[in-house]
Amino acid sequence: MITEKTQNQSFTHPDANGYFGMFGGAYIPEMLHRNVEELRSRYLDIMQEKSFVKEYNQLLRDYVGRPSPLFLAERLSAQFKTNIYLKREDLNHTGAHKINNAIGQVLLAQCLGKKRIIAETGAGQHGVATATVCALKGLECIVYMGVKDIERQAPNVARMQMLGAKVVPATSGSQTLKDATNEAIRDWINHPNDTHYVIGSVVGPHPYPDMVARFQSIISEETRWQLKEKTGSELPTHVIACVGGGSNAAGAFYHFLEDTAVQLIAVEAAGHGINSGMSAATTQLGKPGILHGSKSLVMQTIDGQVVEPHSISAGLDYPGIGPLHAHLYKTGRATFLSATDEEALKAAFEVSKLEGIIPALETAHAFAALHQMHFKPTDVIVICLSGRGDKDLSTYMQAMEINA
Amino acid sequence: MSRITEVFLKKSNNVLNVYCTAGYPELNSTLTVMQALQNHGADLIELGMPYSDPLADGPIIQESSSIALQNGMTIQVLFEQLKDCRNTIHVPIILMGYMNPILQYGFEAFCQKAVEVGVDGLILPDLPEYEFETMYGAMIKKYGLDFIFLITPETSETRIKKLDALSSGFLYAVSSSATTGNDKNFAEVEKYLQNLQQMHLKNPIMVGFGIKDHATFIAACKYCNGAIIGSAYIKALSGSVDIETGTENFLQNIIK
Repeated sequence: MITEKTQNQSFTHPDANGYFGMFGGAYIPEMLHRNVEELRSRYLDIMQEKSFVKEYNQLLRDYVGRPSPLFLAERLSAQFKTNIYLKREDLNHTGAHKINNAIGQVLLAQCLGKKRIIAETGAGQHGVATATVCALKGLECIVYMGVKDIERQAPNVARMQMLGAKVVPATSGSQTLKDATNEAIRDWINHPNDTHYVIGSVVGPHPYPDMVARFQSIISEETRWQLKEKTGSELPTHVIACVGGGSNAAGAFYHFLEDTAVQLIAVEAAGHGINSGMSAATTQLGKPGILHGSKSLVMQTIDGQVVEPHSISAGLDYPGIGPLHAHLYKTGRATFLSATDEEALKAAFEVSKLEGIIPALETAHAFAALHQMHFKPTDVIVICLSGRGDKDLSTYMQAMEINA
Repeated sequence: MSRITEVFLKKSNNVLNVYCTAGYPELNSTLTVMQALQNHGADLIELGMPYSDPLADGPIIQESSSIALQNGMTIQVLFEQLKDCRNTIHVPIILMGYMNPILQYGFEAFCQKAVEVGVDGLILPDLPEYEFETMYGAMIKKYGLDFIFLITPETSETRIKKLDALSSGFLYAVSSSATTGNDKNFAEVEKYLQNLQQMHLKNPIMVGFGIKDHATFIAACKYCNGAIIGSAYIKALSGSVDIETGTENFLQNIIK
């Protein structure tokens, strides 16, 4: 039920101070103020400049391969007795939706005159995307990555290095994505003039959640006209996407946010189960709090210390969620479901066999949610196929061994 | 008049504020450390409330925070430890910490309890001025706590004036735009401090980040009212056998 939408407030845009309802803002130390303020005061103007739009669109088309296809998954549709379309972000260059944002932010950084690009990464997809665009543009690129993730995601570390990026291990705290983010923020504090921080999700201080959502909104922008071509209507009945920080979901939902007839389904990672103590389902386990510069839902102890989540997919292994999503959850505009590690694995194998598409483990969570829902034969469902599963082959191989 | 303001009335130069992490090195060493700091020349004590994700701190303070958290430090435990501190500690106490643990404790309850145990002021680096003005500042003032904003060499003059107007107690000038504990040539920040001095702000100015010995302390104090030492002291504490002698040796070396 939608309770908090007022006449003047859209779901899509934050207010002038970066708040989506009660979530958002810019809770940053003064040392970051100038950088964040520079970005805040200029991002919208730059994103509307003709030359920027031209180069961004051209790179999306000629380098990334957009528009990404909208594919009617017939065998999957038959199984669930409905109509399921897959938005093929997995076919993008570098294998996921992350490149949409990386291109946007690196071009924007160039407009701001920045020479040095930093990024955080968990599974390595955002790191690879950022390293790719930096190689393309000849910019210095430094990627912070938790020591544990460096061990778990060796192929992506090698890809980043091959692309010329420097991968810096984050050794503090729990040595995963949250700590890589802390280290990247510290780097930015220590380089106040020449550096742009490319955040990979719809998290962080304002304007990041809005800016990243805008760069990812190409997903739903294309979906609308593609659906119109295929079904005669721009609007599906459901859009389903997985949510860690929430960038692919933000992009997949974006142009449907104000069409309240469209059901938006966000699928979080339940890990071993919501109440197992090994989960990353932030809306179920989190409380309002402040992490990485914005107020949102945060998984934390009773004393307000941020806890380490768990998910089989490194991309969903984050103890927070973007403020837009926290707002969609609080207002009921989106429905939040969750899938366990096991359900996600099962779904990954199911989609591979039915459609000949090996999805990323993150995306597999979105597919797993199909089993928790009921559809009408006339429903039109769009699933954001956010990434391909090549990077997860070792996990899939282990699963096959166990089940052999 | 606040206890912090009184310090600056009595002493306008070479005021020394030393940072320590609550619950470090041992859970119950908080008061021992504060006592040692008071005994050996600290004019103000900045007591850090440990947080899992301290964005504005460098590796040394973050490490001490992790240890303090492992030791079991929480805001609740800290208030319990501080409840009789005013029997022995007479210098002002400033709590430094991050918003999230305070929000979970309850912001107003936190301010109320802080005053009750004898805390004089707050430094919350991730509470920006917009949220201070619209949500939290009124509560802080209601309980009579000083609130100290940070400024950096990147902070514009207009903004410095605004943050000065919102602050009370003193203004915390970060000597280089860097996380705590960063080594930078001190000479390059001298001009910045000189400029600050010439702005004739309402609050006394304390400079922090990068001060580790007598030379840097004196250099910092040349253009402002005093200095804040954090990482260097934590480092000294971690290497000393007992808190009292470790603190004595460290502070003697600073003040001379």
